[in-house]
Amino acid sequence: MNQPLLSVEDLHVRFRTPLGDVHAIRGISFSIERGQIMGLVGETGCGKSMTGRSILRLVPQPGEITRGRILFEGRDLMPLSEDEMHKIRGERIAMIYQDPAAALNPVFSIGQQIFMVMEQHQANSDVDTRQRVIQLLEDVGLPEPMTLYNAYPHELSGGMQQRAMIAMALSSDPSLLIADEPTTALDVTIQAQILDLLITLQRSRGISILLITHNLGIVAETCQRVVVLYAGRIAEQGDVGDIFHRPHHPYTKGLLAALPNPGSRGNALNVIPGRVPSGLDLPPGCTFAPRCEYVMDHCSQHQPGLFTVSPSHEAACFLHEEVGGKKP
Amino acid sequence: MIAIQESTLLRAEKISMEFVSRYGFLGRHQHRVRALDSVDLEIQRGETLGIVGESGCGKTTLGRCLIRLITPTAGRIVLDGVEILALDASALRHLRREMQMVFQNPFSSLNPRMKVDDLVAEPLRTHTDLAGGALEERVEELLVEVGLGAEHMKRHPHQLSGGQAQRVALSRALALSPKFLVLDEPTSALDVSVQAQIINLLSQLQERHGLTYLFISHDLSVVRHISDRIAVMYLGQIVELASSDAIFNSPQHPYTQALISSTPVPDPDSGRERIILEGNVPSPANPPAGCRFHTRCPYVMDICRRQEPKAHAVGEGHWAACHLLDKAPSDSVIDLQLIN
Ligand SMILES: Nc1ncnc2c1ncn2[C@@H]1O[C@H](COP(=O)(O)OP(=O)(O)O)[C@@H](O)[C@H]1O
Ligand SMILES: Nc1ncnc2c1ncn2[C@@H]1O[C@H](COP(=O)(O)OP(=O)(O)O)[C@@H](O)[C@H]1O
Ligand SMILES: [Mg+2]
Ligand SMILES: [Mg+2]
Repeated sequence: MNQPLLSVEDLHVRFRTPLGDVHAIRGISFSIERGQIMGLVGETGCGKSMTGRSILRLVPQPGEITRGRILFEGRDLMPLSEDEMHKIRGERIAMIYQDPAAALNPVFSIGQQIFMVMEQHQANSDVDTRQRVIQLLEDVGLPEPMTLYNAYPHELSGGMQQRAMIAMALSSDPSLLIADEPTTALDVTIQAQILDLLITLQRSRGISILLITHNLGIVAETCQRVVVLYAGRIAEQGDVGDIFHRPHHPYTKGLLAALPNPGSRGNALNVIPGRVPSGLDLPPGCTFAPRCEYVMDHCSQHQPGLFTVSPSHEAACFLHEEVGGKKP
Repeated sequence: MIAIQESTLLRAEKISMEFVSRYGFLGRHQHRVRALDSVDLEIQRGETLGIVGESGCGKTTLGRCLIRLITPTAGRIVLDGVEILALDASALRHLRREMQMVFQNPFSSLNPRMKVDDLVAEPLRTHTDLAGGALEERVEELLVEVGLGAEHMKRHPHQLSGGQAQRVALSRALALSPKFLVLDEPTSALDVSVQAQIINLLSQLQERHGLTYLFISHDLSVVRHISDRIAVMYLGQIVELASSDAIFNSPQHPYTQALISSTPVPDPDSGRERIILEGNVPSPANPPAGCRFHTRCPYVMDICRRQEPKAHAVGEGHWAACHLLDKAPSDSVIDLQLIN
């Protein structure tokens, strides 16, 4: 059987704060196949970024991973030393962020920065490395890569900076790219360019991508698999068709119905009552129960695990305990 | 002069806005940005006019000019028969009550040191004689209108969620019973489920008070949902204007087509071919000659580089400014002023 490229198993992340412990991630498990684009979607604060960072073991203070395994290319990353992790970050898993300007170093040219990254991890001649940098700039669709090699980050538009970040991320030929809201700061026509580039890279290089976004449209059009997070837990996961055409979790259904659509003008949009609970003060039982229109007595006392809806599809909701499946 | 229709609330004629910023030693250098270039627009009573376009195209500047938060460098704006660019300070003060603006980030428009009830009372204290019990009553009424209760009155802005803060900003905007609201990306900072709440609230308020909205957003699906008509802007100009349905069902300007096609839809089987525009948005400080869109247009022709396109009427209340439409019979080429 084919092993997934990445498996996250029972991940827990906790922040120790003066107000108390914030349980930001509470036992999430998912995997990414080779060559797949997996969408991680959910509203602000649900734990998307911390999940991405956990994979690289880059959870910022005062946060820490308190439990879980990160199996990547067949080995668990959790017990690795900081040196070994540094190698993984530089060579096997790359990450890009919402704000490329903040991630790029303003005092070096685009070319120099990518050159320096490559130098750290590969032993090629300077001429070869420079040539590879220019090739990368071309691969990510930057015009006139020879000229851009010497351009500084501030001379580039937001879209071009994000392309430069992607070039840098690709420089070590990683097998996984974690893209945290990579187009959120960009205009929609530029966003379309970047998403198109990510799809091209997936197809031409077979790279796997964890695409973190709050935008359900982006997920539908870009990803093959989807994980829907709610308050640090997985509400539902499945193939894009499962999630968008056959959503089972009331939260997923509510989110999709809250989106304006071509026929919605003149009608009220669906509203999910209440708000996301604070990580400091989580309700017992199902976290979504206080907002759920299908809530049953059971839901406020017990936390649902993921129930199988179909071989590709799981939902953390007691409504589906009887309907589809068996307990995990 | 053109007779203004009964139903027209606001009419803008050829408004331009040029920002001049100085930089360098003693500000010897000038940087000029033409944020709006000869924009014509008419807004009907009770309608929602959506404004879409990418960042820097002049949406916010247009909104600010229309309610005279800033004074355009050229043009004419008529609100309810009153030429608002000609008003003196005291008349302008009165006008402020009629027109209000709500911004994307509610926290930046709410004084962090004030409590919610004082924030809502503030415009009432400044512009009306309300005091004591009557003032309190009005504040409460306004908060109820936007779905906030007594438990929110004594909170500071930082104790509110984004959606709640936007509700406070809305109740402040409504305090003086305005006719016209400019809503500048009011839901762009909010999560989907909260966005839906605010959009529904805006619709209710509009119906209840007969409000007229200018709804600015870069999110096409939101604008489509809420707007009766939509104007598409590119680099300081309106390039297409039509009913919401017409913009989406038969977009005429290649930029409108690209915008619609670039907007991701939550359907994995939509099977749409995305139009991917090449290149970047040019700077409004130095817009391309001829048609401003020609540097990115997939259908660019020779004439586009030389000549600015005229607005063509392409249907009832639908016009677009593009040379591709030049081939149409010449009588459909109408001066903007007449069809708007
Ligand atoms: N510095 C921090 N201190 C305390 N809690 C934090 C901190 N950073 C993140 N968190 C918690 O982690 C949760 C998830 O954060 P994050 O992964 O950044 O959310 P997302 O990316 O989905 O918006 C937040 O809701 C918050 O409770
Ligand atoms: N106060 C100002 N001073 C100088 N330039 C400005 C000012 N306000 C806006 N601009 C410029 O005018 C153009 C249009 O800006 P804006 O109306 O904010 O666009 P949008 O709201 O569509 O993003 C931009 O190039 C912007 O930099
Ligand atoms: Mg995040
Ligand atoms: Mg703006």
